[in-house]
Amino acid sequence: MRRQFHSPIVLLGARLLSPYIMVFGWYVIIHGHYSPGGGFQGGALLAASVLLIRVAGGRRIARLQIQEFATTPLAVIGVLIYFATGLVAMAMGGYFLDYGALPIPGMDPDWLRYTGILIIEVGIGLAVMAILVMIYDNMVKGEDYA
Amino acid sequence: MIWELELVIYIFLALSAIVALEVKDLLVAVVMMTIFSFLMALLFVAMGAIDVGFTEAVIGAGVTGILFVVVVYQTSRKSKD
Repeated sequence: MRRQFHSPIVLLGARLLSPYIMVFGWYVIIHGHYSPGGGFQGGALLAASVLLIRVAGGRRIARLQIQEFATTPLAVIGVLIYFATGLVAMAMGGYFLDYGALPIPGMDPDWLRYTGILIIEVGIGLAVMAILVMIYDNMVKGEDYA
Repeated sequence: MIWELELVIYIFLALSAIVALEVKDLLVAVVMMTIFSFLMALLFVAMGAIDVGFTEAVIGAGVTGILFVVVVYQTSRKSKD
């Protein structure tokens, strides 16, 4: 990056705004299966709240929040949640992502579908957040990064 | 929706697009594109596509602006070689 100077007012504004954006992102993810929004939009909101701190505070403060090496495992965990749900449903005798076949005891099939979509959305949100933060980190780091 | 309000939004949309194309400073162009994206999201919501408008507001006005600012700060106006 070019020359950076410290502005406490910008940092204070970002610190004030960032938790509310993050809570709204989780709200969008959790309510994604019956209202507008969903995993992608909520994940992008979570990424926006992380990137706000990164832009305002610089690399030293960003290291306290989500470290650079943690983004790839988070994205992998998100993708694994997605595929694990689908494959478990497949292993229990249904189709891929057939939520009605999920082995959660004590639930009707309609509640199973409800819960299955919720699990999928959490996985998608994690993956989208981690990958958007990873793109930002790699762009800031410079050109020689494969 | 109220058509007068939509007309105002359309006028501002065209203005922000023209300014983003014609301005010399790249940072101003990025801010103008963010404004364009947000007005576009308002129009999507007015047309009834709430999900599309939501995505446009989050991605176009939030994340893409930050990424463009990073790109602008990593390039220089004149080449050194």
